[in-house]
Amino acid sequence: MNIYESVKKQDAISPGHRACAGCAMPIIAKTILSVVDGPVVVSNATGCMEVTTTIYPHSAWNVPWIHNTFENAAATLSGVETAYRALKKRGKITQDFKFIAFGGDGGTYDIGLQSLSGALERGHDFTYVVYDNEGYMNTGGQRSSATPFAANTTTDPVGKVRKGKQEWRKDLLKIAAAHGIKYAAQASISNIPDLLMKAKKAIETKGPTILLILSPCVALWKYPTDKTVEIAKKAVDSNFWPLYEIENGYIKLNYDPKDRKIPVEEFVKLQGRYSHLLKEENKPLLEKLQKQIDEEFEKIKKLSESGLQVF
Amino acid sequence: MRKALTGAYAAAEAMRQINPDVVAAYPITPQTPIMERFAYFVNNGLVDTELIRVESEHSAMSAVVGASAAGARAMTATSSVGLALMFEVVNVASGLRLPIVMNVVNRALSAPINIHGDHSDSMACRDAGWIQIYSENPQEVYEHTLLAIKLSEDHDILLPSMIMQDGFITSHSVEPVDVLDDEVVKQFVGEFKPKHSLLFDKNPLTVGALELYDYFFETKRQQEEAMNVVKQKYYSYAEELSKLTGNKYPMVEKYFLDDAEVAIVALNSAVSTTKVVVDRLRAEGKKVGLLKIRLFRPFPYEEVQDALKNVKFVGVLDRSFSFGADAPVFAEIKNALYDLEVKPKLQSYIFGLGGRELYERDIENAFNQLLSGDVSKEKRYLNLRE
Repeated sequence: MNIYESVKKQDAISPGHRACAGCAMPIIAKTILSVVDGPVVVSNATGCMEVTTTIYPHSAWNVPWIHNTFENAAATLSGVETAYRALKKRGKITQDFKFIAFGGDGGTYDIGLQSLSGALERGHDFTYVVYDNEGYMNTGGQRSSATPFAANTTTDPVGKVRKGKQEWRKDLLKIAAAHGIKYAAQASISNIPDLLMKAKKAIETKGPTILLILSPCVALWKYPTDKTVEIAKKAVDSNFWPLYEIENGYIKLNYDPKDRKIPVEEFVKLQGRYSHLLKEENKPLLEKLQKQIDEEFEKIKKLSESGLQVF
Repeated sequence: MRKALTGAYAAAEAMRQINPDVVAAYPITPQTPIMERFAYFVNNGLVDTELIRVESEHSAMSAVVGASAAGARAMTATSSVGLALMFEVVNVASGLRLPIVMNVVNRALSAPINIHGDHSDSMACRDAGWIQIYSENPQEVYEHTLLAIKLSEDHDILLPSMIMQDGFITSHSVEPVDVLDDEVVKQFVGEFKPKHSLLFDKNPLTVGALELYDYFFETKRQQEEAMNVVKQKYYSYAEELSKLTGNKYPMVEKYFLDDAEVAIVALNSAVSTTKVVVDRLRAEGKKVGLLKIRLFRPFPYEEVQDALKNVKFVGVLDRSFSFGADAPVFAEIKNALYDLEVKPKLQSYIFGLGGRELYERDIENAFNQLLSGDVSKEKRYLNLRE
């Protein structure tokens, strides 16, 4: 599957859905589902994707789709996948199905982590895709454990004594990889060939796999609708969002910007949620963000170069 | 064939014979022996069900919702706080009209934590849109599980069912249970035919869409209508099962009620204890009777009214509170009698919370109060230190 073949396929989500102009989430869903050739069932956590694609009596989905609740996209899909195996064993189904779950960061890092962990441990044959917009954006931009350091959210706002989130984000990909799954990868809509390659690997790998994809949010990262891909690219080029895979326990860095690396300020200055970081008085916060990003990236790079089986 | 089974094993035996496509379950006392027994069946090839050993009850219900929506016959079982944990998805199962069948082994809700039987768990789910059937003993657990499959899977119904039994008292007590031949059960439950399926439908199915104020209300109205259909179709399935077992499954069961002056209303295992007391008091010439509630959702108001219309004093036994209001069974009985010109006088009795024993003498005391016309608007408590 290359980018030309990908765009020629019928979209799994049809036009007319209600996602915001410039939202990254439909790009993520379409690109990933373009990789699937045969029948597929999609499970969706409560969130932007579910709300904007299925307001009854309409549905944007051209593939079978189920939404159960906020925290159980993985458990629900494990039921669907198990039903498929049971019915196949009993000769009622002959086709080969694929199973893909989509959850936002709230439904995955936070409230759905147990459900995901259980499904990964049990070894169901499915791919879990996180569209990570770094907060509860469907409900107006509340803090999640995926929200990055110093970001402004409604439940951890920039105030006089506490300036946004003070904690670093949870390292979901490595938590997932620690379950001993065969494939886990972080990707971005700014690099579609890389995303397609990872989607194909994840979906074709037997057993549970996970894709973690940054999903810039026009409404609550607060930037113009035409800047989504640019912001996603700056996240990658600043090492805020490194592109890497964990395959059979080995970490592989897919892209090192090296001398093209930009300061994180270039990424944050485009976004209203970080506007406070540009003030002189908040320079220490920006420096801390830069330092943490650099440390995180160096860790991944060293592990990638080490050739060690980490998980 | 007659087998020595606990209530839990009776549920597992029914599940073995039903041989569902998918079971997802999580252990919790006192439900655990259902899951353990079923896992034994799976791991020894006595069923070819796919068993998902989930990491919580929330995921158990989530997985059976997924499996059922996919077009599989799916079952689970739970107790107490496990049912409370799955409560969110319990409502999804009924809202999506999925014919899931679940055995509930009744146990008190925390706090204080307590592993013994009362009905606070299933009564907390009485408005969750599930068919609710209460079982007096292991025999009924077995038969109700079969009956529930037929009711739930009827395409005019498509509502999930929960079958209740008392924790430990029923779930862990061995009784003789008459079990049908495997082939007879297979014929009775038949092949599962989903109305819609994620895997089978030609047009891609969207399950669980967002509905706002323009459609949500109509969807919920249809759920209420499905409950009405349960009442209409209940007896055809009950009679079909009766032909196989020789037992009867009235929505409410009358025991020495026809000429009774006073009566007690009960469900689950308290029914058996009350029957013993009725037998003894009848031998003494006292006109006492019993009304057993089998079907609690949908609630058989007309049947209750008809059964109690000539009784002067009625005591209603509840094994749970509705704090600050009439207890769940009592409230329904009172509702059922409202339309009578001459209404029986009522007394609410609360008993057995957290597994507290219900002795024959407690029931006898209640009968004696009713016989002397001693009733009040206040709740009374059996075997409680005040």
